[in-house]
Amino acid sequence: MTRLPRWADLVLVPLISLALAFAISALVILSIGQNPIEALRVMVTGALGSSYGWGYTLYYATNFIFTGLAVAVAAHAGLFNIGAEGQASLGGLGVALVALSLPWPHWGVALSAAMVGAALFGAMWAFVPAILQAKRGSHIVITTIMFNFLAAALLNWLLVNVLRPVGSMDPASARFPEGTQLPRVTDMAAAMGIEWGKSTPANISFLIALAACLLVWLLIWRTPLGYEIRAFGRSERAARYAGIRPTRIIVIAMMISGGLAGMMAINNVMGEAGRLLLNSAEGAGFIGIAVALMGRNHPVGIVLAALLFGFLYQGGAELALWTSIPRELIVVIQALVILFTGALDNMVRMPLNRLFGAR
Amino acid sequence: MDYATVLQILDSAVRLMTPLLLACLAGLYSERAGVFDIGLEGKMLMAAFSAAATAAITGSVWLGLLAGVLAAVGMSLIHGLAAITFRGNQLISGVAINFLASGLTVLLGQSWFGLGGRTPSLEGAARFGSITLPGAEALRGIPVLGPFYAEVVSGHTALVYVAALLVPGTWWLLYRTRFGLRLRAVGENPASVDTAGVSVPRLRWAAVAICGVLTGLAGAYLATGLSAGFVKEMTAGRGYIALAALIFANWLPWRALGATFLFGLMEAVANRYPEIDLGPVTIPSMVMSALPYLLTVIILAGFIGRATPPRAGGEPYVKER
Repeated sequence: MTRLPRWADLVLVPLISLALAFAISALVILSIGQNPIEALRVMVTGALGSSYGWGYTLYYATNFIFTGLAVAVAAHAGLFNIGAEGQASLGGLGVALVALSLPWPHWGVALSAAMVGAALFGAMWAFVPAILQAKRGSHIVITTIMFNFLAAALLNWLLVNVLRPVGSMDPASARFPEGTQLPRVTDMAAAMGIEWGKSTPANISFLIALAACLLVWLLIWRTPLGYEIRAFGRSERAARYAGIRPTRIIVIAMMISGGLAGMMAINNVMGEAGRLLLNSAEGAGFIGIAVALMGRNHPVGIVLAALLFGFLYQGGAELALWTSIPRELIVVIQALVILFTGALDNMVRMPLNRLFGAR
Repeated sequence: MDYATVLQILDSAVRLMTPLLLACLAGLYSERAGVFDIGLEGKMLMAAFSAAATAAITGSVWLGLLAGVLAAVGMSLIHGLAAITFRGNQLISGVAINFLASGLTVLLGQSWFGLGGRTPSLEGAARFGSITLPGAEALRGIPVLGPFYAEVVSGHTALVYVAALLVPGTWWLLYRTRFGLRLRAVGENPASVDTAGVSVPRLRWAAVAICGVLTGLAGAYLATGLSAGFVKEMTAGRGYIALAALIFANWLPWRALGATFLFGLMEAVANRYPEIDLGPVTIPSMVMSALPYLLTVIILAGFIGRATPPRAGGEPYVKER
């Protein structure tokens, strides 16, 4: 099955899968009596046509880079982490506890502490499914799904009963203090003398996400641990013979994965909302699955895929605003991308194999 | 708590159990044949929407039921294509199906009915009516058992009884027929079935199709039996709870009945008592709603009993050349 040249495997197969996903999405738009080309125009101008649109696109992309990396690191170890959503919500709890605990003198200090909090809480939420998989053989897919629901219930309870400020009716934490506000892209551009439109939620977390990509690349392809993770993911039995301890790899890979998912909270909870809200992850954990699949679990691919989904997200919001197409269209597109790039991979690959094999 | 309250809770437990039981049995067929299905949620959701939309337009609940089943079978075909024909990742395919249903139902619902993803409320012939079993009123006078028969056993919609009959039906099919033997074998050791000259893909396709029909019934019941119309995300994790029940039941039909009844009962109790006061401590409602998930994790960890899934589950079968 691996007769395809490398470039075809890395570029051609995902592009064809993506094209199929978009073609069917266009059919869906046609079937509800709308014009797909017009829809695409609204999405492109809404998401990429202004610095305002770009600001939102980058903000969403930041979330998806973190969750995409999270899913990818686990995938390298052969683990399918569906729990990024729950881990990202718990990361939000970590951020909120850090931000609310002290009067922070400077955002830089607060950010460093919040990153630790977010990663720690996300990693802890991934630790339980990991140890259950490693020690008791519970299927990680099912346990991480269950942990998503448990995270939702836990946060629901905490926000209603514990973190909600006295006298507030909202199931949300108190507003974070002034010193925790992260610099936004607008401020950063202004500091460099560039005019960057209206205020958007894109903030310094985007740079941290890019740094995380670099670190993940280094970890996976340039460290002994990364080698062990990949070896384990390729063949558990071979890895065992090579003296790689399965428990250790499963737990470490899942905790890095959960930590990355949790880190997403510095963008949405700290950078945007400024307080912990119900359902703060807003499905970004699930989009991470699509992002990792499309990006072939490679950081560069993940950045590109995250930008694409950031575009779809912001474009979808504009679509809902200016046309009568609901923003659930992006859920459909996301599903089709997951389906074609992840599950129906061979449908594209088999004919290509024949094509390349014939030469 | 008096007897009347107990009966009311049991009655609502039976109603809430039905979609779980149907979906759980659906998963049982699929997974026993070696095809993991975490897309139960999406299939149910799609079926619920199709059933409610069709019933709302035609005014007939039976056409709605047909549409619901067809929609879920359609989703099953996608899963079968990915899992059986193209030997793709079954888990990823299931995730995709859940998202597809979640997006499509709102997208289509909004563009057809313009009610923010809901369908119009169903009335009269567009809903399943309740069936009064023979003698329900006459036997009511008998102490304890009479009211139990009249309140809990009688007075449900047709699909509740169908679901109940499917339990012995499934048991018989799986353990007393040749088809059942082969179906179970294909989930344990597909190579042996192949050696015997029976087509592995054909058996798996059959199982996936049955799974579609049953999730179709589950979804249709949800939208036209339990409630009167489709609401956005109305399955609310029931597909996952059904999956949890399947693990709880250790992939056995009779135990599926017990597990789904337990989960239905928990939901019924949580609905009736949002907070349970136990004297010194009060159990908040979130604990009750999280309980099925927590129980599943504990079972998966092997603390209550070992969950042994079909051995060839989740793996595409590649015929040796």
